Amino acid sequence: MIQVAWLVPLFPLLGFLITGLGRNKLGALSGWIASFAVLASFLVSLGIFLEVQHLHGEGEEGTGASIIVPVYEYINSGTMTAQISFQIDALSSLFLLVITGIGFLIHIYSISYMSHDDGYGKFFAYLNLFIFSMLLLVMGANYVLMFVGWEGVGLCSYLLIGFWYKNTEYTNAAKKAFVMNRIGDLGFLIGILMLFSKFNTLNFTDLQAAISSGQISVGYLTAIALCFFIGATGKSAQIPLFTWLPDAMAGPTPVSALIHAATMVTAGIYMVTRSHFIYTLAPVAQQVILIIGLATALIAATIATMQNDIKKVLAYSTVSQLGFMFMALGAGAYVAAVFHVVTHAFFKALLFLGSGSVIHAMGGEQDIRKMGGLKSSMKITYLTFLIGCVAIAGIPPLSGFFSKDEILMSVFKLGQYGKIFWVLGMLAALMTAYYMFRLLFVTFHGEFRGTADQKHHLHESPALMTIPLVILALLSAFGGMLGLPAITGAPHLLEEFLEPVLKTSLVAHPMVNALSHNAEIVLMGLAVMIAIMGISMGWFYYKKYNADSEPKGLAKMAQGKWYFDEIYHAIIVKPLLVLSKFMERWIEKSGIDALVNGVGKLIQASGDRLRYLQSGLVGFYLFMMVLGIILLFALQIWIL
Amino acid sequence: MLILLFILIPLVGGLITLLLPASKASYTAIGISLLQFVVSLLTYTVYVKQLPGFDLHWNVNWIPSLGARFSLGLDKGDSLALMMLMLNALVFPIIFVSLLNKQPERKNVFYGLMLLAQAGLSGVFLAKDALLFYVCWEAALIPVYFLSSLYGGPRRIPVTFKFFVYTFAGSLLMLVAILLIYQQTPIHSFDWDSFVSVGRSMPASSQNWIFWLMFVAFAIKMPIFPFHTWQPDAYEESATPVTIVLSAIMVKMGLFAVVRWLMPVLPLGCERWMDWVTLLSVISIVYASCLALVQTNIKRIIAYSSIAHIGLMCASIFSHQLIGMQGSAIQMFNHGIIITGMWLLVAIVENRLHTQDIREMGGIAKLSPWFTVSLVVASLANIGFQMTNGFVGEFMMFNGLFKSTSPYHIVFTVFAGTGIIVGAAYTLNMIQKVAYGDVNANTSNFTELSINEKIGMGMILLLIVVLGFYPKLLMDLIYVDQVFQP
Repeated sequence: MIQVAWLVPLFPLLGFLITGLGRNKLGALSGWIASFAVLASFLVSLGIFLEVQHLHGEGEEGTGASIIVPVYEYINSGTMTAQISFQIDALSSLFLLVITGIGFLIHIYSISYMSHDDGYGKFFAYLNLFIFSMLLLVMGANYVLMFVGWEGVGLCSYLLIGFWYKNTEYTNAAKKAFVMNRIGDLGFLIGILMLFSKFNTLNFTDLQAAISSGQISVGYLTAIALCFFIGATGKSAQIPLFTWLPDAMAGPTPVSALIHAATMVTAGIYMVTRSHFIYTLAPVAQQVILIIGLATALIAATIATMQNDIKKVLAYSTVSQLGFMFMALGAGAYVAAVFHVVTHAFFKALLFLGSGSVIHAMGGEQDIRKMGGLKSSMKITYLTFLIGCVAIAGIPPLSGFFSKDEILMSVFKLGQYGKIFWVLGMLAALMTAYYMFRLLFVTFHGEFRGTADQKHHLHESPALMTIPLVILALLSAFGGMLGLPAITGAPHLLEEFLEPVLKTSLVAHPMVNALSHNAEIVLMGLAVMIAIMGISMGWFYYKKYNADSEPKGLAKMAQGKWYFDEIYHAIIVKPLLVLSKFMERWIEKSGIDALVNGVGKLIQASGDRLRYLQSGLVGFYLFMMVLGIILLFALQIWIL
Repeated sequence: MLILLFILIPLVGGLITLLLPASKASYTAIGISLLQFVVSLLTYTVYVKQLPGFDLHWNVNWIPSLGARFSLGLDKGDSLALMMLMLNALVFPIIFVSLLNKQPERKNVFYGLMLLAQAGLSGVFLAKDALLFYVCWEAALIPVYFLSSLYGGPRRIPVTFKFFVYTFAGSLLMLVAILLIYQQTPIHSFDWDSFVSVGRSMPASSQNWIFWLMFVAFAIKMPIFPFHTWQPDAYEESATPVTIVLSAIMVKMGLFAVVRWLMPVLPLGCERWMDWVTLLSVISIVYASCLALVQTNIKRIIAYSSIAHIGLMCASIFSHQLIGMQGSAIQMFNHGIIITGMWLLVAIVENRLHTQDIREMGGIAKLSPWFTVSLVVASLANIGFQMTNGFVGEFMMFNGLFKSTSPYHIVFTVFAGTGIIVGAAYTLNMIQKVAYGDVNANTSNFTELSINEKIGMGMILLLIVVLGFYPKLLMDLIYVDQVFQP
């Protein structure tokens, strides 16, 4: 299977072409074609995944655990070579499974969810293109191909966020997503340029060998690592570039699930993990990542507690959870980060699709203040949503507990400040449990607060939508088995699986303090208590929800998203526009143009006088030529 | 002989078309331009495969008393010239086909002049004799002066005048420089080889100031800040087919001339002023991107975006890194394709809505999917998006810029990079205003593309995607070379 890995991106590409070109003729068929394209990719990925298990231990320094599948030559100029070639190893094959597996469920769900939309065919074409781009990003064996996929997902998110293009607000959100991503992309690009100018190659395996041999200063590596991280903050919505992600809710709900769970936002995590050989040698960059990740986890969580749009709560929750993943990366705990990517993909896809089911039933309403008491009419949605909430809140034995616990544990063990980071991380975890259950209670419990018409219309979603929910709920419940903590005595499957790829970076961090088993158990107990506390707070405040009073003070600021958008507008967008207008008025028009026109007028005036000697444009031309020759002789005399 | 056809076909064809009755002009022009395209394909094959038995030179006596020869040629190292010839041969038939449903007045004059411009351009890219180069440079411009003063918007006369003043001033400086170097040649020759050997033997002090005579001439043509203000006006006021010729091919004359006639001839001058030229180029990128952000006229948005892109090409040529120059060459070709697509779209909008103001557009996505898909794809290519042909060249150029030995290479790269971000902003803004939103009174009658427009646009899209995924077709050319100039 590995040798035909190119089939994995090929299927969605074909799906894109077929559904895109036949979008007006295929009708309902296009949804199925697109879904099967992704299913086919999933099956191939599964085959690859099973084969990769046997690659363990081959070669040295962890690079032998990868197989490169070349496809064709992309750039070959003599000065630069870049192949379209895929790198298959544990890391990429795991991501392939997540992308195509969850992607497939989202496709199936969309067949029903989007069935009444005008742009049905177009929607599936975009979804397939999205999967294709993400696969390129993950499979690429060099930074060039990764960069291609990187921007590709940016484009697809742009197209899908602005899917309902008649609404200017939506297209604004799409534009914002693309431009903010491009800011990050510039960072990524500069990192790539730095690598290429030193090593003349962009293949991961070559770079890993070259960098590990220690040819290069730590300062330079740190600069590269930070540039890459700027790229990651764009794609994975971290401070300061996170504000596009909540706005991206403008797209149809399955798109949100796709962006937030299976694709796009995990790109930054993947990229940093893929570049582990750089980050491991750049501890300063790791600390920056840790701090940014922590800050993002906290700030996004505070905002999430105050939102009333069901999708906005989930969006900020994603930002916050991504912050957790970056904390893990900053702590050098790559496996924990990837683990959380996987479990988060399960429960966040579940929660988004569940919210889609709610929105579907409510006839498009997204404001949870106008919902309530939905659990009786939507049993499956409610139960699966509940599982998702428990999973993300971190209650064992559901999946979120294990991955989050592993992250916090690795942070706790870090040097002198580790414990402070741990406390702050716990605070974010507390808020997570709180806002998720606030969302659950306000939406599904209490009295129904919508219109009579909506109440009459309430229904459970069709099977095509609920089946993916059930599958995702099962995955969210049992996904934690992938990485059981050491004290259980069971093997950490994920770590064993990823070990050959990350071998060089998994050696103990120099600043890590060892922890006794007892201490670990205490920490775990604390984590569970914190989660229960958050849930109880949610229950206490929102069990019987009735229209909120207006928030004041800090709460109001949190509801206003700490005014990031307003601040960016005031200090970047506005000044740029003012400056541009200024330049147009004073440099372009009154400066250069006025000067040139002045010279032109002067020449025209003298031309008018000379019109008696020479007539028309051609004469003027000749005159200038003569003038030129005279000038030439003058110059010659002057030089010689 | 093959190579002479590049000039002969459009020259003779253009003269014939001028004399033909108007009704026959358009199809004759298409035929002639297709013939030219076939010749360019043949030449491409000969060049890449290095087929024996074809002589890619034409060298006869021209003005013996001056030592000027009619010398054309494609040698090893001239892949840029060949790419420009290909572009030249490709763009004209696409323009002509797309124009079929919206014919200009006095068709024979229009098509005849267009073909004459093409002949002049071919000469510019082929000339191996400095005087011949100068004559072709002017010969390419003269039909364009006529075209832009005969066809176009209400302000076309003053705008053409401004264009004329600018380019003429430039030509004059170039002529002075050519004659200066010519005076130094031992046997009084305009030949490229003797120019190179004489130029190189000049002391740095002379190279340093002769450099500016040439560079300003070429910078006006590109254009580079602060020599650019003719360009947005000329693009806005000229008829769109003329704008295509200007922006797809003519502005490349400036960049081409730098590579062919400036860098090999005055290497010390180029090194001396490398940082200054790069600075001007980077200012061009940032400045033009910002100005594009606040334009409401669609033609001016594209015009400023073009200045920004040319700025990057010029900067990377002056990086003195092979990879930067190769990237620039690839981008010169691809940019020509992309910008042709952009202007075709503008022409389509203008013909239907009779406005260039994006605030009066909107909702076209609903009415014309063909138009919208083309607009999105071409615009993305225009901002160097991956998976389009705009990416590879840009990527290589940035690599060149960053590798440059200049002490300011990081600052230059970062500022040039901001063009990527602002470029995305103004481009998406334009797409949003033109195609998205609701249909208004002005756009409600927007009709789907006609068959000839679909053919023209389809060709562009095909090239964008194929060269985006498979840039090898261009890579092969520069790979054969490895160097630009021997």
